[in-house]
Amino acid sequence: MYHYTEFDRRMVNERVAQFRDQVARWQSGALSEEELRPLRLQNGLYVQRHAPMLRVAIPYGLLASRQLRALAHIARTWDRGYGHFSTRQNIQFNWMKIEQVPDVLAALAAVQMHAIQTSGNCVRNITCDPFAGVARDEIVDPRPYCELMRQWSTFHPEFSFLPRKFKIAFSASATEDRAATAMHDVGFYLRRNAAGEVVADVLAGGGMGRTPVVGSIVRAGLPWHHLPTYTEALLRVYNRYGRRDNIYKARIKMLVRALGVSNFASEVDEEFAFLENGPGTATDAELARIAAGFAPPRYRSLEADCAALARQLAAHPGFARWHGRSVRPHRVAGYAAVTLSLKRAGVAPGDVDGATMVALAQLADRFSFGELRVTHEQNIVLADVAQHELFDLWSAARVLGLATPNIGLLTDIVCCPGGDFCALANAKSIPIAQAIQERFDDIDYLHDLGEISLNISGCINSCGHHHVGNIGILGVDKQGAEFYQVTLGGALGPDPARTAIGTVLGRAFAAAEVPEVIATILDRYVALRAPGELFVDTLARVGIAPFKSAVYPAQDHLVELQNA
Amino acid sequence: MPDHAHLIGLVDGVPRLVQDDWRVIGSAAEWDGSPGALLPLELAVAQTERLRASERTGIWLSPTDDPACTIEFFDAIALIGVQFPKFTDGRGYSTAMLLRARYGWRGELRALGDVLQDQLFALRRVGFDSFALRADRDPVAALGAFSPFSDVYQGSVDQPLPFFRRTPTCI
Repeated sequence: MYHYTEFDRRMVNERVAQFRDQVARWQSGALSEEELRPLRLQNGLYVQRHAPMLRVAIPYGLLASRQLRALAHIARTWDRGYGHFSTRQNIQFNWMKIEQVPDVLAALAAVQMHAIQTSGNCVRNITCDPFAGVARDEIVDPRPYCELMRQWSTFHPEFSFLPRKFKIAFSASATEDRAATAMHDVGFYLRRNAAGEVVADVLAGGGMGRTPVVGSIVRAGLPWHHLPTYTEALLRVYNRYGRRDNIYKARIKMLVRALGVSNFASEVDEEFAFLENGPGTATDAELARIAAGFAPPRYRSLEADCAALARQLAAHPGFARWHGRSVRPHRVAGYAAVTLSLKRAGVAPGDVDGATMVALAQLADRFSFGELRVTHEQNIVLADVAQHELFDLWSAARVLGLATPNIGLLTDIVCCPGGDFCALANAKSIPIAQAIQERFDDIDYLHDLGEISLNISGCINSCGHHHVGNIGILGVDKQGAEFYQVTLGGALGPDPARTAIGTVLGRAFAAAEVPEVIATILDRYVALRAPGELFVDTLARVGIAPFKSAVYPAQDHLVELQNA
Repeated sequence: MPDHAHLIGLVDGVPRLVQDDWRVIGSAAEWDGSPGALLPLELAVAQTERLRASERTGIWLSPTDDPACTIEFFDAIALIGVQFPKFTDGRGYSTAMLLRARYGWRGELRALGDVLQDQLFALRRVGFDSFALRADRDPVAALGAFSPFSDVYQGSVDQPLPFFRRTPTCI
């Protein structure tokens, strides 16, 4: 996997020293709380409900086993023994002491990790496909381009105090978007043009929050060499003209909307004209240098032994069920990519304790060249598992509780930390996830329902990505009480046109009502679906009305009365 | 206004405490015509002839001022100031970048307002060469805060070449 150069290492170490000095000045009173705030945020440090939360970047979602062991060590030494994988390829520690954070950053730096720009109004950690380099539908490996942009954006002097946070994602598949690209401030869809060269269709103005927007393509077919300079042009337009008077209108999506997509694109083009082919243009040599760091592992030449696998699948129904959900085809014969579920009853989605981190690292060493990937659905991928070792991996993962066969199913719930931890939240989200997981624990039923994404956010900041969940649940505050609004029909598609934001079903529910509401929605789906039809497809065909009338029969009755 | 700010200038590229007599003018009433007046853009535009007739003037820009409007004054002014109403308002960085890299301002460029030591590194990178550190801050500590990083990835005004164009690529 990609290793930081001496240059990168020095920079991360210097960052630790810089932050140590900032914390010391804050402790001595030389730096006020308000002045420290943006500085600590750009080092991933939030002040939360109970204690400061530290968000650590996992660039392109890639972790070496030794890095995961270091995260386990941090969890045990400076936190309460566990960490939380977020929906943005980060890991969060919820119980930090601010005075100790410089030491934690130093421990991270020792394994080439950091918390640089994981928060604050700057360019954040870049989201990438967790199956990069192994997916069969991949057009080009997006990771070297992510790294190119990571370097470009790190401590960018012009863009460290943007109007608001700025998130970038890369997708390089024509069939599936595994990075929620359309919902980012800027998304790059990599593809090859007619001449076979790598180009990007550039999306801008996507985002969640209280005004969810699917981004729009502002530039088609941008040659990859121009990724840094075009992004510089785009960010300059945003930095100068994005709103700063209202935090809720400060994201780039609002600027794109205010100017109109084509006017915004023209502004960027005008700026880009001055930068195009300038010194910031990326070079073939640099991309080649970076790409060498993402060279494939030393695969053995294996024959796909379908007969042996078929025997195992036939003999072990549990293995077969897991295989059906967790194993994806690999571009190299005899290998497979495996998703290990972090979604089992009794554990908050995305939470991993230190012992499990170490166990995951061991699985990675034994089965997948010592490398793991983190998904925005809060699961862990072992991307390079020999097909003949899948059964052994399943056996080992099962013992650890990491083989729940629910990937892509209802209980593979994406969930933010919510009101249990987060100071921003209106409502708790983890207990809702757990109640749903308990209510729907019949694995046969889940498999019969098929693929359904369920996302829970504890507030409108939408860290649980509820807007794009097939079923979305949003925590809202009603006169001091926690309520939950349900949306239906959100979806992440391979391009903006096939990405959808869910529609609000109706009035919000009390926490205790939520599992039954979900059950009612699912019953209606089962009654309405055509054979083999997925939940989202049924919903697209019949619309939201039948679900509404199932969930709110009394209101339906009232409407009928009014109409009469 | 940073009348009593600690002024830091780059002397042969090295940050030093310096002193001068530039005064930030807020409105026409404050402009007595004596040398060292740093005028708001609006006033400079409204009284162009008076500016041209005055000795040693400059122009300061607010975050919403278009830096392109200063181009016509380049031959007549000695200083451009860029106002940071709050250190978290990052528009001034783009203003500086445009003045230096696009419009070719070679004279002194001064950061004014909420100028604090943790921003000096980035301010210098985008082309500022003088810094009116907020009056309540420790100027000596600030002098040591210009180089928290020994090198940089991306190009900017101080170093137009990104790192990858400055090093052999066969690592």
